[in-house]
Parts: sequence; structure tokens; C-alpha cells
Amino acid sequence: MAVIDLEQRAKSFLDNRKRNIMVILLIVGLLVIIGTGLYTVDPEEVGVIQRFGKYVHTTEPGLRFKIPFGVDKLTKVKVKYVFKEEFGFRTLEVGQSATRYSQRDFSGESQMLTGDLNIADVEWIIQYQINDPIKYLFNVRDVEGTLRNLAESSMRQVVGDHSVDEVIVLTRQEIAFQTKLILQQHLEDYQTGLVIRNVNLQNVTPPLPVQPAFNEVNAALQEEERIVNEARQKYNQVIPEARGKALQIIEQAEGYAVNRVNRATGDANRFVDVWSEYNRAKTVTKKRLYLETMEEVLQKIEKIYIVDEDQSGILPLLDLEKGGS
Amino acid sequence: MKQTLLIILGVILLIVLVNAFYIIDETEQAIITQFGEPIGGARTEAGIFLKTPFIQKVHYLEKRILKWDGEQNQIPTQDKKFIWVDTFARWRIVDPLLFYQSVRSEIFAQSRLDDIIDGVTRDIITLNTLIEIVRDTDRELSFAIDFEADYYEEIQSEIKVGRRAIADSIFSVAKPLIEQFGIELIDVQVKRVNYIEDVRKQVYDRMSSERKKIADRYRSSGHGRAAEIIGRMERELQQIESEAYRTSQEIMGRADAEATGIYASAYNRDPGFFEFMRTLEAYKRTINDQNIMIMTTDSDFYKLMKKSGN
Repeated sequence: MAVIDLEQRAKSFLDNRKRNIMVILLIVGLLVIIGTGLYTVDPEEVGVIQRFGKYVHTTEPGLRFKIPFGVDKLTKVKVKYVFKEEFGFRTLEVGQSATRYSQRDFSGESQMLTGDLNIADVEWIIQYQINDPIKYLFNVRDVEGTLRNLAESSMRQVVGDHSVDEVIVLTRQEIAFQTKLILQQHLEDYQTGLVIRNVNLQNVTPPLPVQPAFNEVNAALQEEERIVNEARQKYNQVIPEARGKALQIIEQAEGYAVNRVNRATGDANRFVDVWSEYNRAKTVTKKRLYLETMEEVLQKIEKIYIVDEDQSGILPLLDLEKGGS
Repeated sequence: MKQTLLIILGVILLIVLVNAFYIIDETEQAIITQFGEPIGGARTEAGIFLKTPFIQKVHYLEKRILKWDGEQNQIPTQDKKFIWVDTFARWRIVDPLLFYQSVRSEIFAQSRLDDIIDGVTRDIITLNTLIEIVRDTDRELSFAIDFEADYYEEIQSEIKVGRRAIADSIFSVAKPLIEQFGIELIDVQVKRVNYIEDVRKQVYDRMSSERKKIADRYRSSGHGRAAEIIGRMERELQQIESEAYRTSQEIMGRADAEATGIYASAYNRDPGFFEFMRTLEAYKRTINDQNIMIMTTDSDFYKLMKKSGN
């Protein structure tokens, strides 16, 4: 009895264990399904789901579930992110203080013929976004390579229609703008699902061997300005001074005029006054005036010889006097 | 024993079942062959499909647009200029069956494209002048300075074709040649055009000498403008000075005239008295302590010395 009971208990214990293992297996299986089926979509991306290769839907950011075991295939596409492609140079590392650029030569990308059959080195960037993840994934293989090729041909098409002066200085923005339009059109023709946000010309320079000559032009331009400025400076110094001097001469003339007229008036008035007195006693006045003048004059004189009218031979006397002194 | 047999049978069944299905991705298309013989048309729809297991084989081909990126070629233009031309093209497998039969794989397709597009590019480029290959429209170019370049005629010549049209004609000649491989050529673009090394050096020299001429032009224009300013300055200077002289002389002249009038109207009242007065005045002014005077006793002043009275 006791033996049977024991046997029975052992059997039920084994039964229980079997059931427990089944439950555990079931739970583990479920966990695996959930674990491999769950995925997150980051805020800047969307998830594209293909079931047995066929596109079914696009999922927005958040925690999502797909059927695991190769039934649902997930591809995440960064639709909010702005991508950048560089032409003619490569940024190696964006540092906090200085950005490091690759030292390699990318002149193949940057060198282009201008419309006047010269050569310019054009470095530029494009910024783009994926605006249609379905087109992006399913229409074109190697979208980035396609974009780069198209960007180069578009830029060269535009640069080829501008002179080297226009490319380097005059119409940089117009060139970037036209390139953007042409490039966007191509991308739409190919249904790449990309949208160009920006085309930006960076360093646009003449080729290295020509740069000294271009610099010389700049120097000559500055020299021209300097020479002209010096002339202007001289002009600005001389002309106002001359104007001032001219005014001075005129003022002096005015002064002379006033002086002259006043003096004339004074002299005339004096004459008239004296004359009207003289008219009252002509002889006396005349005598008086004569004598007064003689008196004054003769006082100043160094020597005076008073000679009798009949006396002659005065000259030897004078000579003697001169020799003695 | 029986159980083991069941398990083996189940596994075989599973393998067969798995082999009966095939999946086509959105980026792919496929053809089915049975002992090497294609069965049915191309499968371009994505999804999961059934086939006869083991007997039928699936060959996957790309459905998306593919790129062909040519090597750059040295080609002489119609005006005998040697240039490097680098083209690229887009293509797509439109007839997978024909494609599979004629070229079998993408690698072979690429080499067919190399042959055809490179050849056509060479043909078309040699038919056109360099300026037609570089320029796109006949938009008028502008320059930093009016400059008569030696090759002015060449760059001012009317653009009859232009780069895009040349690329288009490469495309339209190449397209039918490629159709036989089940490939649709979508477009051909000229990616890069550049001078060969020797010519490039010549162009650099020409650009340098051109710039030097422009620099000279700027410098001499500076001297010219400066001379103009100095000339204007000298003219204005002469004008200002002479005008001042004229005005001052006129002012003084008027004053002199006025003074003369004033004197005349006063002295005319008695010319004899004026002469008398003015003479006395002149004596006062002209005779000084340097003078020696000899006077006779006959003069009015000394006459009393000889004879008083009377």
C-alpha cells in the first residue's frame, strides 16, 4: 500500500514537471517572439516594413511591433536628418576649435572648365533630405552615388555657361541657385525621393598655378584705388586752399578800395576846406602856407648853401666839401 | 523506430515546402527557369510566391535604376583640342528575360554599356567643337573688365548645340543599341570635361598672362584717373586764382576811379591853388635829411637876406 502510494506520488510529480517545462517553453517562446518583434523608431526616422518582400506600411517614431522570423523586414530611413555631400574637399572631423580637412587632392571634382574656356576650382556642398522613403528605397540603387554624379554634372553645366570672373566673383549665388534647380529636376526625373535643401559654393578659386596672377590683379586694383585716392587727396588739399586765398585777395582788394575812396574823400574835403579859407584871404594864406612849408622842409635838410645869385663857381666848393668828409 | 521515420519524413516535407516558396523584394524582379528553360514571363511584383520545388529555379535581377559610371576618355574635339570626357548614365533592366539570356549578369551588362556608350561618346564629341561641349546656352558672358582676349572669337561664337544637347544626342544614339540586352537606357550625362595635362598648362599660362594684362589695365587706369583729377585740379586752380585776380583788380579799379573822380571834382574848383598846395605837399614829402640844398638869395624864401622890404 505504502509502496503504491509512493509510486503514484512520484508519477504525479513527474507529470507536474512535464507540465511546468511546457509552460516555461511557452513563455520563453512568447518572449522570443515579442523580443524579436519589438523595435523602436527614433524621432528623426520612419520605419519601412516589407512583408515577404512586399511593402506594407511605414511606421512613425515610437515602440512598434513586427512579425519576426524574416516575415516582416524593417528598414529605418532618416527622413528628418539633413545630409551633406562635399565636393572638392572632405571634412575629416568637426572639432570644437578647428575643423580638420582631408589633405588629399580632390581637384578632379573641383576643377571645371568655364564658359570662356578657362579653368576654375569650385568647392561646394549640397544639403539634402529624404522626403519620400519609399522612392528612396525602391527606385534607385546607390542613391548617394547617383546624387553625387548628378550634382557634378549639374554644377559643371552651370559653370560651363559662365565666365571665370562670374564663377569666382560676380555671380556665385546665381550659380548655386541654378545648380540647385537643375539638380532637383534630375532627382525628380529619377524619382530618388530626395529633396535638395541647399547648394552652397564654398571656396571658388582660380587653379593654383594661376593664383599669383589673380592676386596681382587684386593688388593692381588696390593700387589703382590708392593712386586715385592720392590724387583726390591732393585735389581736396589744394582746391579749398586756393578758394580761401582767392577770397583773401578779394577781401584785400575791397580793403584797398575802401581805403582809397576814404583817403580821396579825406584829401578832397581837406583841400576844399583849406581852399574856402584861402579864398577869403588869398595872398596872406598863400604866403603863410609857403613859408610854413619851407620852414618845415629846411629844418630837415642836412646842409643848405645860400648863394648869391651873382656868385658863380660854387661847384668846386661843393666838391671840396665832399672830399673832406 | 516508427517515431524516427515520422521525424525524417516531416523534415523532408518541410524542406520541400520551404523550397516551394520564393520571395521577391520591392527592389528586385525575377525569372523562373526549369532545367535552364525560362518558364512564364518576368515576375516584377514584390511578395511571396509558389513554384515547383527543386525543379524550378529563381533568378533575381535588380528592378531599381542602376548607374553606369564610365572611365574618363581622352577624345579630340572637332577643333582638334584634346580633352578628358567623363560620362555617366542611368539604366534599368526592362526585359529581365532578354537581359538574362543576352548578358546574364550586371557585370557583363556594365561592360556592354562601356563598349557602347564610350564609343558613341567618342563619335559625338569628335563632331563638336570644345566651346559647344563646355557651354550649355548662348547666354552672354560678363567679365570683371572689358577685355579683348586673343581667343575672343572662339568664346563669343554662337552656341548651336550646347552640353546638354550633346549629352542628349549621345543618349539617343546609344539607347537603341542597348535595347537588345533588355536594358532601357534612361539618360547619359557628361560629368566632367577637362583639358589634358599639356593643354591645361597652356591654359594656365594664358590665364596668367591675361590676368597680368588686366592688372596692367587697372594700374594704368589708376594713373589715368589720377591724371584726370590732377588736371581738373589745375584747371580749377587757374580759374580760382584768375577769377580772384580779376575781381580784385575790378574792385581796386572802381575804387581808383571813384577816388580820381573825388579828387578831380575837388581840385577842379581851383587848379592853381591845387598846384600850389600839392607842390608844397610834395616838398614836405620828398625833401629829407639826406638832401643838400643850394638856394640863391633870389628865391622867395631868402630874398630878404639880400634886400629887405619891397
